[in-house]
Amino acid sequence: MSLLQATDMRGGYGAADILQGCTITCDKGEVAVIVGPNGAGKSTAIKAIFGMMKLREGDVTFEGKSIKDLAPQARVEAGMGMVPQTDNVFPGMTVEENLQMGAFLREDGGAGVIDKVYELFPAVKDKRYQLAGELSGGQRQQVAVGRAMMTEPTLLILDEPTAGVSPIVMDELFDRILEIAKTGVAILMVEQNARQALEIADTGYVLVEGQNRFTDTGAALLADSEVRATFLGGDQS
Amino acid sequence: MSGSTRISQTNTSLLHQPWFLFAVMAALLAFTGFAQSWLFALTIVQLCMISAIMALGVNIQWGYAGLFNAGTMGFAALGGVAAILVAADPVPEAWSAGGAGIALSALVIGATIATVIVVRAKLGGLVRLIATALVLIIGYLLFTYYFGPATSAIEAVNPSRTGYLGGMGISILFGWLVGGLLAAGAAWIIGKIAIGLRSDYLAIATLGIAEIILAVIKNEDWLTRGVKNVTGLPRPVPREVDLQTDPAFISLAQSLGMEPIALSSIAVKLAYISLFAIVLIALVYLSEKALYSPWGRMMRAIRDRPDAAEAMGKDVKRRHLQVFVLGSAICGIAGAMLVTLDGQFTPGSYQPLRFTFLVWVMVIVGGSGNNMGSVLGGFLIWFVWVQSESAGFALMDALSGLLAEDSPIRGNLTEAAPHLRPVLMGLILILALRFAPRGLIPER
Amino acid sequence: MHEFANAFVLFSNFVLIPSITYGSQLAIGALGITLVFSILRFANFAHGDTMAFGTMIAIFCTWGLQAVGFSLGPLPVALVALPVAIAVTVGLVLGTDKIIYRFYRDKKVDPIILVMASVGVMFMMNGLVRIFIGVGEVSFADGSRFIIRAREFREMTGLDEGLALRTTQVITVVVAVVVMGALFWFLQKTRTGKSLRAFSDNEDLALLSGIKPERVVQITWIIAATLATIAGVLYGLDKGFRPFTYFQLLLPMFAAAILGGIGQPIGAVVGGFVIAFSEVSLTYAYRRVFEYLGPEGFEIEGLAQLIQTEYKFAISFMLLVIVLLVRPTGIFKGRVL
Repeated sequence: MSLLQATDMRGGYGAADILQGCTITCDKGEVAVIVGPNGAGKSTAIKAIFGMMKLREGDVTFEGKSIKDLAPQARVEAGMGMVPQTDNVFPGMTVEENLQMGAFLREDGGAGVIDKVYELFPAVKDKRYQLAGELSGGQRQQVAVGRAMMTEPTLLILDEPTAGVSPIVMDELFDRILEIAKTGVAILMVEQNARQALEIADTGYVLVEGQNRFTDTGAALLADSEVRATFLGGDQS
Repeated sequence: MSGSTRISQTNTSLLHQPWFLFAVMAALLAFTGFAQSWLFALTIVQLCMISAIMALGVNIQWGYAGLFNAGTMGFAALGGVAAILVAADPVPEAWSAGGAGIALSALVIGATIATVIVVRAKLGGLVRLIATALVLIIGYLLFTYYFGPATSAIEAVNPSRTGYLGGMGISILFGWLVGGLLAAGAAWIIGKIAIGLRSDYLAIATLGIAEIILAVIKNEDWLTRGVKNVTGLPRPVPREVDLQTDPAFISLAQSLGMEPIALSSIAVKLAYISLFAIVLIALVYLSEKALYSPWGRMMRAIRDRPDAAEAMGKDVKRRHLQVFVLGSAICGIAGAMLVTLDGQFTPGSYQPLRFTFLVWVMVIVGGSGNNMGSVLGGFLIWFVWVQSESAGFALMDALSGLLAEDSPIRGNLTEAAPHLRPVLMGLILILALRFAPRGLIPER
Repeated sequence: MHEFANAFVLFSNFVLIPSITYGSQLAIGALGITLVFSILRFANFAHGDTMAFGTMIAIFCTWGLQAVGFSLGPLPVALVALPVAIAVTVGLVLGTDKIIYRFYRDKKVDPIILVMASVGVMFMMNGLVRIFIGVGEVSFADGSRFIIRAREFREMTGLDEGLALRTTQVITVVVAVVVMGALFWFLQKTRTGKSLRAFSDNEDLALLSGIKPERVVQITWIIAATLATIAGVLYGLDKGFRPFTYFQLLLPMFAAAILGGIGQPIGAVVGGFVIAFSEVSLTYAYRRVFEYLGPEGFEIEGLAQLIQTEYKFAISFMLLVIVLLVRPTGIFKGRVL
């Protein structure tokens, strides 16, 4: 059984379901990427996995136990970390305070983990006493990831971490994410930049209208001509 | 709105039917007439009507558009000022003593503002800042140069009786209209600044403006005699004494089998009530018309989904300014009516608790967004406000009856009685917000 | 030189010292408002009456202590009564939160409904205070009235103008410094304090980080009630206690909080001092100051007063309006509501 197993998820905000029986799994040390056209329910899927949206049907298990009825905070305590797409830092607090707040649930205050995060993101360390709101977009994303890492989660969920950053920053961020995965953390992310994301993905999920359309390794999906033509566009960039 | 919703509402319990609630209100007033006195009941009705009008004004702002105006007191006071400026006897000596000075000061203000506008349009950068400051300083100095002596001269004219410019000496009924216009003008200026900010800010800003309006009224003796009050304003209805000596009235009283004195007080009150009723009915009619017109629907759409309305190209700020001005104007009319009823203007009696927050309780309890609800709220809450005073004294009397004759707390209890009212009103507001947030007669 | 010293002493006595004292009182009050504003997200209209309530408790305790003959020598007994008053006020405020505000918070209603509920609370507190202590002025400052008397100062310095320093003024400033220091240390250095700031900064992310909202709210109320009581007692010691004036303090306190930037404690402090200094300095009659500074025999006809004292509310309002128009985030870039 996988670390995270979200099976046959159905649900939405209003009368109509956005998710129509979609299944996502993720294992330790694995990078799972959800891609798909706009409105496919990508973000909704991870919101449901993290408990920010109630499911009408289906189940989510984490480390073998159902977490369907847990609040997001309880899921953090259970070992999940979440990096929202927007508003993912405390802009009025310093970088270091942002990380400390990430460790709020830790009894030990997370002093040791902060060093690990600084090791992972040296640029963040240099700005530790600066207000997070004053950082550039890419650095802010690093702080956001760092904040989520402070609880030392076994599963890290990222909602479009590269939205609005330059290609160079994107590559850098993906490198870091791979590094995190190497330490045994499961990574689940939604990406708009599908091609680049699938390049680093162990598993790729192509979601269409709330359902799994294709599921395979990242490389296989990239090689699939139908996926390429329909979802990745013809261009090479 | 569609007929079906109304039909479905008529099926709900009696308590939700407007006619039943109004009947209960009428019964309460009638009971007051029987148990206490008819004169007292009529006095309550008079102020109930003014309260209802103020509640209508606040409801237009809050109920239609979701604007929190915490400055009702200021607009009501402005209405009162208008009543004086229209109806009080003119004081020609004061005009000849200081009229020119006041006119010059007004001219200076106008010229200063005009110059500032020109300066800010023509110049730029630091020069603009310095020039603006310079114009303002010169304007201010010129203003004080004319204004100070003029007001001193006016206030020196027979200070114990006049000491102010007086009014125009025309019918006070005209003052009601002017009261509305004056309040509308003030609201326009305030709205220009504060509308568009989050509702909390509007509340704070209007709270402040009301205090300032009162400070001006209390302080500028030349205008309305300040805290020395203006009394003996002309009345739109006959005086009791005149009726009592009128042979036709005496014979009428005799034919009714009443004392002329008793009948004269009732007749005067009924005359006021008729005048107020005309205004109240007209305003309710207009408010209802407005609420169910395309304009009213748009207002409510803006209130419920401001972002969506803006996206659809509605000028939210402009619309909000409109309702803010309209609602304030109605509060101004009510303020002028109140001064008319009192026959005097006493700035010291304007308290935010009584003139701003009490009106809020009326609107919330009655049903925000519903004009009939506001009218009911105005009647009911004013009734409770008046009756709770005597009830408070009775309660404290009963309590002190339990204490020893010479207990020092006895005096305190009686003294404390009037302050039970704000506690009661706060409680009513909190309970209404919690358990009946849509009010007695909910919005349709 | 002599003349200049006289002018300066005059200015200090009537403008500088009073505005520092008043500014400290406003700042502590505005801190409570800004905290509630930034964490509970509504303008608490009951803050002024919470101050009045806390002060009333302090007065009752003071009377009790005085009745048993307790004295602090030159210091006012109210300082000992203060902790008790804080405790009672905190209890009351937490009670109101539990009974009234919490319901709306759980329902996530529009903030304006909370403002209205706070108006209801204001009504009730206002009435209760008047019932318990009446509407008249109560002076409860005991101990020695002055640290420096005007006459002593004149004899000491040989100047024509005297400088009086009242005990309550010094106490106000000392207490204010201690309170602000403690609050800033709490907010900047402690884990709980940081969690408050985080909650104010980004509520959703704070929840994701496992910060418990109810605990944050509770601590906010405790701090707000503490600050309200302290501000109220200091103001009352300095100027005498009248319930109505505490309602009127609402406007300058709101203005101070918005001027400094909502959610910025440092802004509330600076805002408080700006408002106080503007109010005092614009309503002071400078005639004698100018006469000292001008040439020999220089006389001014009027009072040289920019704005009449009766209009001091207008000053905080004007500053508020200017800030809202020019820089809605306030001096320290607070939240725009």
